[in-house]
Amino acid sequence: MIAAIAFYALAAIAILSAFCVIAARNPVHSVLFLILTFFSAAGLFVLLGAEFLAMLLVVVYVGAVAVLFLFVVMMLDVDFAELKSGFLSYLPLGALVALAMFAELGLVSSAAVQAGQGRAAIPLSDVDPGVTNAEAIGRVLYTDYLVVFQLAGMVLFLAMIGAIVLTLRERPGVRRQDVSAQVGRRRSEGVELKDVKPGQGLGVEG
Amino acid sequence: MASLIHQYGPVWGVWLGVGQILLVMITLLLSLAFLLLFDRKVWAAVMLRKGPNVVGPFGLLQSFADFFKFVFKEIIVPAGANKTVFILAPWLTFTLAFAAWAVVPLAPGWVVSDINVGILYLFAISSLGVYGIIMGGWASNSKYPFLGALRSAAQMVSYEVSIGFVIITVLLLAGTLNLTEIVDNQRAGIWAWHAFAWPTIVIMLPMFVIFFVSALAETNRPPFDLPEAESELVAGYQVEYSSTPYLLFMIGEYLAITLMCAMMNILFLGGWHLPGGPVDNPFLGFLVFYAKLWVMFFLFAMVKALVPRYRYDQLMRLGWKIFLPTSLVAVVAVAAYVTFAAPQAGAGL
Repeated sequence: MIAAIAFYALAAIAILSAFCVIAARNPVHSVLFLILTFFSAAGLFVLLGAEFLAMLLVVVYVGAVAVLFLFVVMMLDVDFAELKSGFLSYLPLGALVALAMFAELGLVSSAAVQAGQGRAAIPLSDVDPGVTNAEAIGRVLYTDYLVVFQLAGMVLFLAMIGAIVLTLRERPGVRRQDVSAQVGRRRSEGVELKDVKPGQGLGVEG
Repeated sequence: MASLIHQYGPVWGVWLGVGQILLVMITLLLSLAFLLLFDRKVWAAVMLRKGPNVVGPFGLLQSFADFFKFVFKEIIVPAGANKTVFILAPWLTFTLAFAAWAVVPLAPGWVVSDINVGILYLFAISSLGVYGIIMGGWASNSKYPFLGALRSAAQMVSYEVSIGFVIITVLLLAGTLNLTEIVDNQRAGIWAWHAFAWPTIVIMLPMFVIFFVSALAETNRPPFDLPEAESELVAGYQVEYSSTPYLLFMIGEYLAITLMCAMMNILFLGGWHLPGGPVDNPFLGFLVFYAKLWVMFFLFAMVKALVPRYRYDQLMRLGWKIFLPTSLVAVVAVAAYVTFAAPQAGAGL
């Protein structure tokens, strides 16, 4: 009973905030609604008994990815009014694409359900009460899907290096910070004491 | 709470659960009042000042006087501010700071919610703390708060990574994600505490130091208080805040610091167990846990008093080029130790 109320509340919040992501005029508000959507999705995972996935969703998407989203959206000065100016003229085409996608999704899922492949999610505790969530996922990832999992890691690693290589430019004649020189500096190199005669000053150094 | 519902039925179980939550919140808020005073007293003592000493004996009631002063002032929202987000930001910081304490075990069996992924939950909630600051800085619609918020976001995201890796080393040693079990893995006395257990002390003691320094950066404490550096940004993201919203930010910040102390306590310093041996009485356990919490807080206060502020590029270098590689190597080393050399390879597995 409480679980049902929690499910409908979380699902309603998720759908509403997902709608607000595209409906909000202010891009920062959109990102904030996106975070709310992630958060509600994490809540749904908890209801399914997948608390490990829920926490990962919060740590990775809400705690890291969305922070960077917010960072970029705040820093960039994008004129969203101009971007949205062609909204009405694109509306019929967009609606057509959306309708086609919706129909395809409906067809595929109903076919899957009819073929008996559509199964409701079952909490892990019903299948094997002795195994915790993290342990179960770890076993599946590191035994059945070890190669695929490692490959996915490699792909991400390559993407990271690729991003760095693409953006890193060595330009000649740029003064760079040399940390060891900064740390290795002594007082004798930085400070010089001079005896200043009254009324004369030091004059300009030659 | 689930166990209470099973034990006392749906109505009384829920009420008892709510009572438990309120008890934890009130204990935390009262402790916070004195921790704040303690912070100021330590700071003053290092500077050879007396610190707050007017309100109540030895100034003990200073925090309560401050509380009433904040609450009775007018809430001012700047004209150009984004009002909803502006008010939401301190509330978010405040709520998240309390939400994290739901899984923290304070003594044997004394925990609001004993979940299996306790440590991940703590990590997730503390990584959300950055939102309060970013939202506050952005919604103020003013230059200094915005710069402070950006600094804070970059800083917290950077140090979270090394905190995550340090937590992983502890998890490998304990073999569980449950906080109570992590504490009970260290029950045999000081030489079983994760920070001091032989032979992992070679790695875990430096990891404890890395966790401590990262915790300073994560909670925007000096020497890493660049988001609110007075000499550069006035007060960073808090510039436009006054009265109760400011108070909420303040409470959230100090609760996050206390949470970090509790985490160090649980992960490295044996939680409620005494150096001499295990503690199974919840009342004694709570006293031990509480005493250790104050000791850790004293360290936080001393760092604030002793260490000068870092420069921003030095902060980033420390996080990404020193802590991150070190903790990454430590994860590999601890994993190798647990797999190949440990007496009962990963107690819980």
